[in-house]
Amino acid sequence: MRMNPRKITVLALGLVLLLTAAACGGGRDGDDEASGTTTEVAADGDRLSGRIEADGSSTVGPFTTAAAERFAGVQPDVQVTVGISGTGGGFERFCAGETDISNASRPIKDEEKAICEQNGIDYVELHAVNDGLAVVVNPDNDWATCLTVEELNTIWRAEAEGKIENWNQVRADFPDERILLAGAGTDSGTFDYFTEEINGDTGAIRADYQASEDDNVTVQAVSGSRGGMGFFGLSYVEENEGEVKAIEVDGGDGCVAPSTETVQDGSYSPLGRPLFLYAKVESFGRPEVQEFMSFVLENNAEIAEAALFVPLTDEQLETAQAGFDAALAEVGA
Amino acid sequence: MATPELTSGARPRLRAERRRWGEDVIKGVLALCALVSVLTTVGIVLALLEPALEFFREVSIREFLTTTRWAPLFEPASFGVLPLLNGTFLVTGIAVLLCMPFGLGAAIYLSEYARPRVRRTLKPALEVLAGIPTVVFGFFALTFVTPLLRSIGLQVDIFNALSAGLVIGVMLIPTVASLSEDAMTAVPQSLRDGAYALGSSRLQVSTRIVVPAAISGIVASYVLAISRAVGETMIVLIAAGQLARITFDPRLSIETMTAFIAATGTGDVPRGTVDYNTIFAVGLTLFVITLAMNIVSIRLVRRYREVYE
Amino acid sequence: MSAQGLRLRSRSRGDSVRGVAFQALLLFSLAIGFVTLGVLLVDVLQRGLPYLDGALLTNPPSTDPRIAGARPAILATIYMMGILLVTVLPLGVGTAIYLEEYANKERWYNRFLDLNIQNLAAVPSIVYGILGLAFLVRGLGLGRVLLAGALILTLLVLPIVIVASREAIRAVPDSIRQGGYALGATQWQVIWRQVLPNAIPGIATGSILALARAIGETAPLILVGALTYVSFNPTLMGPFTALPIQIYQYIARPQEEFKLIAAAAIIVLLVILLTMNAFAIWLRNRYQKRW
Repeated sequence: MRMNPRKITVLALGLVLLLTAAACGGGRDGDDEASGTTTEVAADGDRLSGRIEADGSSTVGPFTTAAAERFAGVQPDVQVTVGISGTGGGFERFCAGETDISNASRPIKDEEKAICEQNGIDYVELHAVNDGLAVVVNPDNDWATCLTVEELNTIWRAEAEGKIENWNQVRADFPDERILLAGAGTDSGTFDYFTEEINGDTGAIRADYQASEDDNVTVQAVSGSRGGMGFFGLSYVEENEGEVKAIEVDGGDGCVAPSTETVQDGSYSPLGRPLFLYAKVESFGRPEVQEFMSFVLENNAEIAEAALFVPLTDEQLETAQAGFDAALAEVGA
Repeated sequence: MATPELTSGARPRLRAERRRWGEDVIKGVLALCALVSVLTTVGIVLALLEPALEFFREVSIREFLTTTRWAPLFEPASFGVLPLLNGTFLVTGIAVLLCMPFGLGAAIYLSEYARPRVRRTLKPALEVLAGIPTVVFGFFALTFVTPLLRSIGLQVDIFNALSAGLVIGVMLIPTVASLSEDAMTAVPQSLRDGAYALGSSRLQVSTRIVVPAAISGIVASYVLAISRAVGETMIVLIAAGQLARITFDPRLSIETMTAFIAATGTGDVPRGTVDYNTIFAVGLTLFVITLAMNIVSIRLVRRYREVYE
Repeated sequence: MSAQGLRLRSRSRGDSVRGVAFQALLLFSLAIGFVTLGVLLVDVLQRGLPYLDGALLTNPPSTDPRIAGARPAILATIYMMGILLVTVLPLGVGTAIYLEEYANKERWYNRFLDLNIQNLAAVPSIVYGILGLAFLVRGLGLGRVLLAGALILTLLVLPIVIVASREAIRAVPDSIRQGGYALGATQWQVIWRQVLPNAIPGIATGSILALARAIGETAPLILVGALTYVSFNPTLMGPFTALPIQIYQYIARPQEEFKLIAAAAIIVLLVILLTMNAFAIWLRNRYQKRW
């Protein structure tokens, strides 16, 4: 039996197609240059090398990744890697001394702190960037433009499971429309933060909402149902403008819409949240780590925007800088 | 002259006078290969057992097996695994109902009806289906199958067992089809010829001669498919939901054991806590269940296998 | 004599109606798989082809969709699949030969082995991840490197290769073996020269299915240390990522363009799979026999 000529031809054609497509370039706009960085490659004498390992939250990951990408434009010989084992997994590795930086969407917990202490891992906590948790509804929802924290609590708390099923149970003048809830899954920092702020305790939430790892899916759930409601980071609101609508939240001082400004000045409360980078003090002894961290602070606004987060305010930046300087002092740099 | 020896269990063999140590070495090497799979199982059990035991120190086995609410990361927590079991079996059941008959049907067609050249093209083409990453299948279930089901009038939740089950079933069709088809191709042609000579139709030859003759391979493919369906992680994570509940309605969201393990294992839960150790307890449960399933299926296969020649 | 053999067909009427209905049912079974494949491929091709450009193949990942690529992921996947083939085939076929040709089926340890292998096929991929983390990354001290990822994938798909190879070996008629022994061949000679060549088609199927499964796995790799951002090319004992993980990352990003880049990456993955399987498919076709 001979080799089937048809099979070979098909395969060869496939490969040729692939290569041709590759050679001809694609349907993307823009050229192949790095997008608008204002930094340039360091002079030969200042070139550093080495490897920096970051791991942790998948929410904060894009921030560190954006930073690493831009940093590579300045110091191309420093290899920065970013993992997404989750905030908890990141801390586990961090406190075992395996990583230099831990990305976290929540502050380190006591039991994790204990392990770090046990292993002699000294660290500095840096509030690296801000994020807003938007509460979104379907674009056709014209009645819930502003909800108070109490109302949100009424809808989302554990006791509401099976009981609060309709919008008109939230406020008497709301229409008769079924509520469909969607949001982050139980093992994400977003979930932790939302439940803590709205329901008073991490993990306190009704169990009958559509949980998902992927916020894009939450977008779909909300946009697909008139009475839909969900929560996720601001970045997803911006990217899905026609499909979901962010509502204003009244944290006690009036209705505030989520935006860069309101997150920064704290008026979008209580759903503006800090995101953290935990850095091992010992790693600060290495020049490439110092360079990287100071790069992150110096270019905070640009990195934050690239990663679709909210930059630090000047005040927050100062605090972070102070923390950074303290760590430097500790290693005697 | 060497006399034929009857070694226990093996077929009668003529042995050379001189002992060839090379043969023993080869047998040893092959046995070592087989040992790898044993070591894997031992490793899995060890990796699961210790944290699982730690878990069971805090949550009693009875509570784990009989409570009907699974909410380990909520406040107040509840650790009943039944909803997860329910989710896994619901999705697996749907998948199996799809891949078993249709996989076999495809195999019969390829083996008995298709011309050799057609078979040579179709079989690998079908195997491409097996190569699509499960991530892609997951999103396919979510963004194509669920809207499709809704458009024909089924009120499915955005995450539901039906979409995931259907997609897993389709994904497993190549596995069942390919392996079954190999088994059917290996059935001696003389059997078919004899049946045709006696006036049987192709339908009769396929169903009454070939399939029974190839049953060992077909059942092997079924068992592989079921195992795969039970252990499938990504598709259910994306499309079946994370709402642990007990229900037989495939249109609702559920949570399978594997989805829970994957979500929690890569999430933000701190290690070493009871919440995290739920992964190991659930993993161990899954392991034990599939073990029981496999013991049963091996017994069944042994009873019904036909040997030709 | 043609490979199909002679076929005499019955002409009775009742039978032919049923026969046609049956054939239609079979075609339907085949159609389900192909229609799904078709829909998937059309969707992926439609979205991904415009984005299948040099940037995808040569650039590292980026938060900017205009320049985001998947080079490290593509290379890592190719390396891992290469290592996989080299390790899983000898191990899997070796185990199958042992079980079918050498092992005394009545002994308890061989029956246990049987059960064991079948059971391993059902273990969820994430549990393999836990295994890999505990024993390969930490236990053997390999660390979070490409080799660990490749090895854990090997263990994951080993049962598929074993099952397929066993069925293939079992299907070789015994008369072939007996003939070999009658001529004075040793057991290994019979296996190597008679049984294995005739079992090649089934083994090839096993390797095709195994590769197909392994290339699309994400969960075990994440636990063994696959990253989401690595901008340099992978090495055997270095940090790594994988194409399915990169695809998942891109799909989960909010910007719409990333989903299209993900579609292009899926096309690349399928091409890699097809290319690697092409040899096995050719082998299978060449050695396929009807007894």
